[in-house]
Amino acid sequence: MNEYSRKMIKVSDVSYLREQDADKLPVLDVRNLGIDFGGLTAVDGFSMTIGPTEISGLIGPNGAGKTTIFNLLTSVYQPTRGSILLKGVDTKGMTTAKVNKLGIARTFQNIRLFNDMTALDNVKVGMHNEIKCSFFTSMLHLPGYFKAEKKANAKAMELLDFMGLADIADQKAGGLPYGVQRRLEICRALASNPSIILLDEPAAGMNPSETTELMHQIRRIRDTFHIAIFLIEHDMNLVMNVCEGIVVVNYGKIIAKGTPEEIKNNPAVIEAYLGRS
Amino acid sequence: MQILQYFINGISIGAVYAIIALGYTMVYGIAKMLNFAHGDIIMVGAYISFCVTNYLGLPAIVSVVISMAVCTVLGIVIEGLAYKPLRGAPSLAVLITAIGVSYFLQNAAQLIWSSSAKNFTSIVTFAPIRLFDGKLVVTGEVLVTVLVSVVVMFALTWFTGSTRTGKAMRAVSEDQDAAQLMGINVNRTISTTFAIGSALAAVAGVLLCSTVPTLQPTTGSMPGIRAFTAAVLGGIGSIPGAMLGGILIGIIETFAKAYISTQFSDAVVFSVLIIILLVKPAGLLGKQVQEKV
Amino acid sequence: MKKILQNKTTRTNLTTYALVTVAFLVLQALSSMGMLTSSVNGYLVPVCVYIVLTISLNLLVGVCGELSLGHAGFMGIGAFSGIVAAALLQSAVPNGTLRLITAMIVGGILAGFLGFLIGIPVLRLRGDYLAIVTLAFGEILKNLIGNMYIGTDAKGLHFSISASKMELLEGGTYLIAGPKGATGVEKLSTFSMGFVLILFTLFIVLNLINSKEGRAIKAIKENRIAAESVGINVTAFRMKAFVVSAFLAGMAGALFGLNFSSVTASKFNFNTSINILVFVVLGGMGNILGSVISATVLYLLPELMRGLDDLRMLLYAVVLIVVMLCTWSPSVKGWIQCVCDRVKGLFHKPGKEAVSNE
Repeated sequence: MNEYSRKMIKVSDVSYLREQDADKLPVLDVRNLGIDFGGLTAVDGFSMTIGPTEISGLIGPNGAGKTTIFNLLTSVYQPTRGSILLKGVDTKGMTTAKVNKLGIARTFQNIRLFNDMTALDNVKVGMHNEIKCSFFTSMLHLPGYFKAEKKANAKAMELLDFMGLADIADQKAGGLPYGVQRRLEICRALASNPSIILLDEPAAGMNPSETTELMHQIRRIRDTFHIAIFLIEHDMNLVMNVCEGIVVVNYGKIIAKGTPEEIKNNPAVIEAYLGRS
Repeated sequence: MQILQYFINGISIGAVYAIIALGYTMVYGIAKMLNFAHGDIIMVGAYISFCVTNYLGLPAIVSVVISMAVCTVLGIVIEGLAYKPLRGAPSLAVLITAIGVSYFLQNAAQLIWSSSAKNFTSIVTFAPIRLFDGKLVVTGEVLVTVLVSVVVMFALTWFTGSTRTGKAMRAVSEDQDAAQLMGINVNRTISTTFAIGSALAAVAGVLLCSTVPTLQPTTGSMPGIRAFTAAVLGGIGSIPGAMLGGILIGIIETFAKAYISTQFSDAVVFSVLIIILLVKPAGLLGKQVQEKV
Repeated sequence: MKKILQNKTTRTNLTTYALVTVAFLVLQALSSMGMLTSSVNGYLVPVCVYIVLTISLNLLVGVCGELSLGHAGFMGIGAFSGIVAAALLQSAVPNGTLRLITAMIVGGILAGFLGFLIGIPVLRLRGDYLAIVTLAFGEILKNLIGNMYIGTDAKGLHFSISASKMELLEGGTYLIAGPKGATGVEKLSTFSMGFVLILFTLFIVLNLINSKEGRAIKAIKENRIAAESVGINVTAFRMKAFVVSAFLAGMAGALFGLNFSSVTASKFNFNTSINILVFVVLGGMGNILGSVISATVLYLLPELMRGLDDLRMLLYAVVLIVVMLCTWSPSVKGWIQCVCDRVKGLFHKPGKEAVSNE
């Protein structure tokens, strides 16, 4: 536990980093991000920093703009204002695919698996850029293809096993139970070898025991792959237990930032969630 | 003066395309299907009008009304038999069925009326207007076609905007499930759309054959495709868009034939479509819809 | 070996190869024994051509999920470039089969290249808009080939898009004469080459589907946004599928063009594109074996019904509609199920059923 302490250090006026990440290049450095849809400002002045091995949470009431922030980070939307530095590289104008190659992977609030494909194939699609095999090698099934495919299979099985999904590898993703689908989506995101993984409500629809299991898995992902995790979640128990840093948004703006303890006692957060008393 | 003449001719054929495109756009907007059989309903409409005037000797205006009635019924029957059972099926399945219907209509027409071309007598009887010492001729067909297309456009805009059925149509086009939950009879609304589209097709058929007087079982297919192009060009689903697209396609086609080459008129028309879609992917007056993540 | 056979996709693929090979051997045997009528013999190559076209379009429509209505355009490009290539190589490559293969490759490459050029602007569009633009490109291609003049004379190769500007020296011949198309084409195509082309197409398409490229293409079809989120460049993959599909259509086109003594551009119109699409959909989206079977049956169906004359296309239309309704309509399916149960009920006695329930 000493390797991953929960102590946060303020590195600038907008960002905190965990103690051991303080001198490292942040994996994600977002500055003053904003997007307008027509006349509506969905997100405004969003700034935060995530260290290379940090688990952070993004919380806020429904419609606060959390998923929009994820969409901005993954270039699904292009921001109107501000910049996103992913491992120091500005992602402005990049496609979602390019940003993923650079090191950001995600899951979706409304699960987006390839339903007609097996769980194994879903993970192998995630490994697409990992599999080194040219178009013609694949098309003509040259010897290199079989080698690459064998390697990919092994690695995909390893990942499935890691998430406890090895026994459903050959089942179609669309027919799996909800909680399993959520874990498979995480597995697919991991397969693309990211530096940071964004989880959009990973515990939604899970029962308490599944949620507990998920909490362990989230920590295990960070401890095994040494990557950062940024998650949106409504389950406060999970957020407070797992996250080291938390950002609270409401109406597209950050209203609080800090450690779980700080957030719990922040009057602005309490007001946003419970309303003015 | 020559340019003006081409312009008028272009508007004339464009107005016919516009009427067909209005039918296309209605059906696409509401039932979300490419009704490839639409062009063949035009052909049926023209044949009915032809038969009523030539074999029964009734006046032209009566023939148009009968033709509209027959096509309306035909449209509803086709929708009920071939498309309604496929509600909820993949759009490609519906597309192939529409192609089947198109083949059916063409071949049925060939059996009934034979494949040899009929000479359609124009339903417009009044003399052409000659301007500038006869250098510029505006035929009665041109006036009638343009007038009809404008009237139809405004009527449809009013209908979808202000009537109960029209509002139901717009609701169905936005979200079928939500419309159903609000108590709208989706099936009946779609049938009504087909009825209107087919009635328009009958009018378009008569006007088309009044402008270009050869009538064959395949008469409808090429204007059908052009009108479809027009509807997409204007922004499919949009009523003013269909009108604009139709007129534009007509003018471009006429000018391409006159100044570039008769053979390449199709290539020119389709090139313009491609260029416009690249600049405005949803057509000139269409709405761009982004997928929600 | 046993493990390979246990894999379902591998088994289906092997069945496909085997079925095509057996069908070829049987037909070839019948043909060499003179047991096929001349009209059936005449259908052999076109059937091969349409099988290849259907498989290649299935790659685009069924596997990739992109509706294309201009496949015949690529076929036309392949046909005419193949004809020109074969004519020009007459002296250089005396062997007919070799010349046919070269012509097919030329046709394929040219069609693939055009597919690439067209793909650059077109593949930015989606769904029905992509469909209408491919339709437009198909018509433009047909229009251009139909008004193109290519001829050779002592001075070499001449090309023009208007008849008046085309002046050949004495002894020169037109290879393609505008709307009249190509005439006096040397028939090089054989059933065996058709079979080889089918095998080649199956090899390319099935391998592609079962590789990481195929997984990416399927992933894009199932969920574009998710595919992008794991680093798949959607445009690049749509382009790959588009070009491979056009390439194969071009090869099939060359085989088609060199099977007849004269070919006109009007053969490669919208109706042909639609026909191929019908074959794809009835064979099953993404189902390659289905494509082979449906192309064969549906191509031959109207031809075999020639005796019915006027009625045959009408019947074809009815068959098409009924098949679509039976496969896709829930109400029609339910109705068929009901009838089946009734029929079964007539043969089963109630007492028997009680026994089987135990």
